[in-house]
Amino acid sequence: MKDRAEIADRLAASGYIADGELATAISLMQLLKRPLLLEGEAGVGKTEVAKALASVHATELIRLQCYEGLDQSAALYEWNYQRQLLSIQAHRGADADAVEDQIFSEKYLLERPLLAAIRRARPPVLLIDEIDRADDEFEAFLLELLSDFQVSIPELGTIVATTIPHVVLTSNGTRELSDALRRRCLYHYVDYPDVDREARIIMTRINGAGASLSLQIARMVEAIRKEELRKVPGVAETLDWAAALVGIDVRDLHDAPETVHETLMCLLKTQEDRARVTREVTQRLLGKVA
Amino acid sequence: MSCCGTSPGFEEIDEVSRLVSARLAGFLRTLRDNGFAVGLQEGQDAASLMAAGYAARPGLLRTAFKQLFSARKPDWERFDGIFDAFWLGKRVRSRSITTGSARAANNPSLKSLPNSQPEPRAGGDTAMDQIPSADEAAGERAGEGRMEGASRADNLAETDFRKLADPAQIEQAHAAAARLARVLRTRLTRRDLARRRGYRLDLRRTIHSNISHGGVPISLVRRQRREKPLRLVVLLDASGSMSMYTGVFLRFIHGVLDEFRQAEAFLFHTRLAYVSDAMKEKDPARALDRLSIMAQGAGGGTRIGESLQTFNRWHAARVIHSRTCVMIVSDGYETGDAALLGREMAALARRCRRIVWLNPMMAWAGYAPVAAGIQAALPHVDLYAPANTLNSLAALEPYLARL
Repeated sequence: MKDRAEIADRLAASGYIADGELATAISLMQLLKRPLLLEGEAGVGKTEVAKALASVHATELIRLQCYEGLDQSAALYEWNYQRQLLSIQAHRGADADAVEDQIFSEKYLLERPLLAAIRRARPPVLLIDEIDRADDEFEAFLLELLSDFQVSIPELGTIVATTIPHVVLTSNGTRELSDALRRRCLYHYVDYPDVDREARIIMTRINGAGASLSLQIARMVEAIRKEELRKVPGVAETLDWAAALVGIDVRDLHDAPETVHETLMCLLKTQEDRARVTREVTQRLLGKVA
Repeated sequence: MSCCGTSPGFEEIDEVSRLVSARLAGFLRTLRDNGFAVGLQEGQDAASLMAAGYAARPGLLRTAFKQLFSARKPDWERFDGIFDAFWLGKRVRSRSITTGSARAANNPSLKSLPNSQPEPRAGGDTAMDQIPSADEAAGERAGEGRMEGASRADNLAETDFRKLADPAQIEQAHAAAARLARVLRTRLTRRDLARRRGYRLDLRRTIHSNISHGGVPISLVRRQRREKPLRLVVLLDASGSMSMYTGVFLRFIHGVLDEFRQAEAFLFHTRLAYVSDAMKEKDPARALDRLSIMAQGAGGGTRIGESLQTFNRWHAARVIHSRTCVMIVSDGYETGDAALLGREMAALARRCRRIVWLNPMMAWAGYAPVAAGIQAALPHVDLYAPANTLNSLAALEPYLARL
């Protein structure tokens, strides 16, 4: 598939170093017109995929962050009640039907992310982030929207999608998603990147990170991930740490073992993990990093 | 779905596509046998993928199919093996299906229990005072059970499970456990529905609903805080020392899980197995049959600490939410590292609402929780109760309903 290589190139150009399988997933999204469900540990760069995808298609990214209690009025649409009230007050004594037509028109409709995503002239990327945090009911509603791409607003009528957005869903696995939603989507499991890919990610993202330092950092992070930690550092943490090391002007990890140990706070985010990775452990891990 | 090839003749394409679709249908069947949820739509999409040129590149086709057919991480991980076995002819063992008497295969010790077992006598102090939050009723009824267990074998509800020797009696106890579980399930769900009420005012909705009054807030809308239904996560010890009790508890778990979304079950002995899917099988005999495959290795030592570690690491985030009660059924005879067990219990206690530890041996005469494992675990347990009779299981219900 030639468009696959092209997608990988364009992802790289936008600063996202993808593995081959992800490029396939994205070309499948277009071919089959299915949403893409990304699962993986926190911090492996699931949200970044959507951002990169938006820049690949040179289109807008519309993001819906899910949370417990998210409902239609926050996700789909809502009437602008305050404006409606003002309008009613202003037209007091006027014909009731006319006022009603007036206040239930597009002008008084507040677009929320889902409605916005299906009304754009150019298909945007719709990122539904952390869908596992939303309630079951919302998931069912979403499923309906994702298959029909139309919304009915009782006062206004049915709004049919002008364009079908590229939909990306992410999940951290804090709740089991319904089988129906899973079947509707393409599935991609985002894993921690391997050393080479992580080194390339560091080089593209952090100005001033040389090839050898990036490789060292990637190897060190890989070694730390293998320790038994409560919170395994993700790619975002790696980038933080790399930025810190570059900022302090470390060229080689072996030159500054003390600094390396002190800056590990960028990677280890709980007291327990911090206590577990002692100076000796840092030394041992550094020894493995050639 | 347009085919862009030009060179081969029309009949040839037709023939090839017929062969391919027959093969594809076979592959879909293999996937279904392996527990993938594959519907008609997926089949169509797969066909259109092959027509779009993916068929020529097996590596690419595998990736594409993997993304199309997988629905969760375990699918994702074993897909490549299944694909290679089917399309590239590499040998992979297929899913094993066993038949035969489930109970006999799973739990021989229940039937072959020698009659010369020592009879439990009434113990001295109840062990309930170890946990201040313990349910009084559970303690009292369990106490009765112990008093009468020796003399009144006909009273099933009060009989210690391990003393059931007659197959008919065992069957009766299993059925009772299943029935009890069902009652427990419905009561817990219904109570939750009745308890919802709202305290805070929802301003936006209040304005909305009062537009017809010209904006004067006459009818108020309150915001309701949604209560999640209680979720039960059961970790059942299936090791040799527990074998007299596993049968009944499996039936109990099967009853709780049956069509009830908010429950998950795990089995552990030297390692941990996720058994919810197997337990959701409607027919208890078939469920137990599927389970007996997973329970292999049962009867060896018990590594509770390691099993909990696996649970905390790979399953806890998914199955535990803020209103979860974890129920551990075990005798606490840890053959692994007791310190590890303590650490993992602490980690688990941080996550969930309550930990209930059911120890059938607790009601035995002269039993004291002195084993290193149970000693390490007890500080993190909210309710430590015996569960050796049907009545003592039933006594848990009021406690769970209060959570």
